[in-house]
Amino acid sequence: MPTTDPLLKVTGLTKHFPIRKGLLQRQVGAVQAVDDVTFSVQSGQTLSLVGESGCGKTTTGRMVTRLLEPTSGSILFDGRELSHLSVGQLRPLRREIQMIFQDPYSSLNPRHTVGTIVGAPFEIQGVKTPQGTKRAVQDLLELVGLNPEHYNRYPHEFSGGQRQRIGIARSLALKPRLIVADEPVSALDVSIQAQVINLLEDLQEELGLTYIVIAHDLSVVRQMSDRVAVMYLGNLVEIADGHDLYTDSRHPYTRALLSAVPIPDTSRREKRERIRLEGDVPSPIDPPPGCRFHTRCWKATDVCRTQVPPLVEIAPRHEVACHHPEDSLVAAAPAQAAAPVEDAPSGTAASGTMTA
Amino acid sequence: MSPAAPGTTTGSTAYETGIGGLGEPPANAYLSVRDLRVHFPTDDGIVKSVDGLSFDLARGKTLGIVGESGSGKSVTSLSIMGLHKPGTVRMQGSIRLDGQELVGAPAETVRGLRGKKMAMIFQDPLSAMHPFYTVGDQIIEAYQVHNKVPKKAARAHAIDLLGRVGIPQPNKRVDDYPHQFSGGMRQRAMIAMALSCDPDLLIADEPTTALDVTVQAQILDLIRDLQRDFDAAVIIITHDLGVVAELADDILVMYAGRSVEYASAHGVFNEPQHPYTWGLMASMPRLDRDPADRLMPIKGTPPSLISVPPGCPFSPRCAYAARVGAACVTERPAFHAPTSAHYLACHLDDGERMQIWSDEIEPNL
Repeated sequence: MPTTDPLLKVTGLTKHFPIRKGLLQRQVGAVQAVDDVTFSVQSGQTLSLVGESGCGKTTTGRMVTRLLEPTSGSILFDGRELSHLSVGQLRPLRREIQMIFQDPYSSLNPRHTVGTIVGAPFEIQGVKTPQGTKRAVQDLLELVGLNPEHYNRYPHEFSGGQRQRIGIARSLALKPRLIVADEPVSALDVSIQAQVINLLEDLQEELGLTYIVIAHDLSVVRQMSDRVAVMYLGNLVEIADGHDLYTDSRHPYTRALLSAVPIPDTSRREKRERIRLEGDVPSPIDPPPGCRFHTRCWKATDVCRTQVPPLVEIAPRHEVACHHPEDSLVAAAPAQAAAPVEDAPSGTAASGTMTA
Repeated sequence: MSPAAPGTTTGSTAYETGIGGLGEPPANAYLSVRDLRVHFPTDDGIVKSVDGLSFDLARGKTLGIVGESGSGKSVTSLSIMGLHKPGTVRMQGSIRLDGQELVGAPAETVRGLRGKKMAMIFQDPLSAMHPFYTVGDQIIEAYQVHNKVPKKAARAHAIDLLGRVGIPQPNKRVDDYPHQFSGGMRQRAMIAMALSCDPDLLIADEPTTALDVTVQAQILDLIRDLQRDFDAAVIIITHDLGVVAELADDILVMYAGRSVEYASAHGVFNEPQHPYTWGLMASMPRLDRDPADRLMPIKGTPPSLISVPPGCPFSPRCAYAARVGAACVTERPAFHAPTSAHYLACHLDDGERMQIWSDEIEPNL
């Protein structure tokens, strides 16, 4: 159980993008991208936000870094409220919260040298480094495994993995405490992806960083996270410690999501039981009432169609927003790292339901 | 140092020993590719996108081609389909589809086969479909190219196909434009288009990469079901080993335009033999592995296809090249099968390779 206050605490975070139409640009509706999302991140840990496209994970990340202003809700970073600070008020805080972007091709200015790109944060923030900016940049390049002599090169001279390292070096320049990484490895090849994942893990250990990782690849998330939050259509449906979520998920959507991940093992092809979700994710402009997942859920009943399920703690450090959570699998079989996604036959005793 | 390829005549130069190895295509092969080379001359030099590739595929079977970006997977599929811009490409070797040679065949001939005997599903359905025409019109057009039927019959066929690929209310959705479909539905519509003339060979180039994981599962199921119904030969091209594990009967691993390992899916996943395949397996985060274990990436980056290292293209990144010595750097490894039907291009001595696999690789996977 955590004894210290979390570094970041997000409560009831909501973002609605207005849809305007007509001559007067009257608001005719809203894209409910993120709705009432609550989570917290302990210092030095990694929280991952997972979900499919359009679930609001990127919007959430952008609100935490305040690239977007939330419609409502609170973002407490180290005890300070950031949700409605002005640009000027935010500037000193920007040093502490940095972002790594998905696409290493479009997130680096092609006309700037690596030295300029990685040195930009010092310049913008007016930070004086003891031995000059150039030396600081070269130290950063070395830290992320790049050759410091590449200071004067341009982004196009680097491969995708190396560019992502440049982006990481830039985000580390001001010694931030929280880094929001939006799909940090999804544009990279498998062999390069592993290099970058390992780098991020090493940097976390070395510098005591706190990460929020936004990703759609559940295998990558499992490798990197201490805690995992699953989102669906703007809502947070389940949040738990990484191991718990992968071995004993309780929300039907999480189970379906995990069962859909292809496993590179041909002998499992026949044995695996896959939960097939029918249809598509509904539009966030007019999300279904009640539980947003009920249109695709095989367990949905009347209460799901009318009442929004609250996020409740179903086991220690494991919260689920569902009217009919799945039974725990742990009571029947001790957690096996080797068989997290196989849907064991239900009917096992529900353990620890609603314990605090 | 280099092991002689069994069943192949030893070539006069190191370059030639890297080819072949597969011998005569088996009688049931619907598609057989032998020593395919696809080179693109550019101002900076010749880009050797595919440089010595051989495989066979029978009807009803699925071949998974796996590799990283720039390994030549997509160029291979475009070569089979004859979709390279004429004049920009130099193709050598042989692609035989149902007994007919495609390399060097007139464009007219290949056009006659496209759609009818072979069809392709592309990665990004939004850019592969024309935004100005309805989904139905595009399927109808593809159908009418090969079948002289009135539009009404073609339309009925299109509706039938959309239904078969799982589009709800196909008689209404047939008149929708691509942008009105979701990503998964667009991919279904493209599959319907590819199936419109009942092709015998279906090439799916990263068919699920742009899709979410639950939709990906739907599409993979669909491809599997349709293959059973149509008894087609399927090539699935992907960088995701999980996807090929779900679908493929055989797997071909490509690196820098060459085949480095080719065997049954079971063989590649349970007893991979090439150091590159080992590297791929060890660097991949996967759900059935303990996340506390560190990933073991392959060091370095893939080579430029303009200046592929001589010898084995993987040697600069290979952790075992030092155990072989100079051959890895100077001599292109022969594509040979140390055990039956498990081909690989590697200089490691067979005994030593098995030793490395059982001592160092298998326990860590």
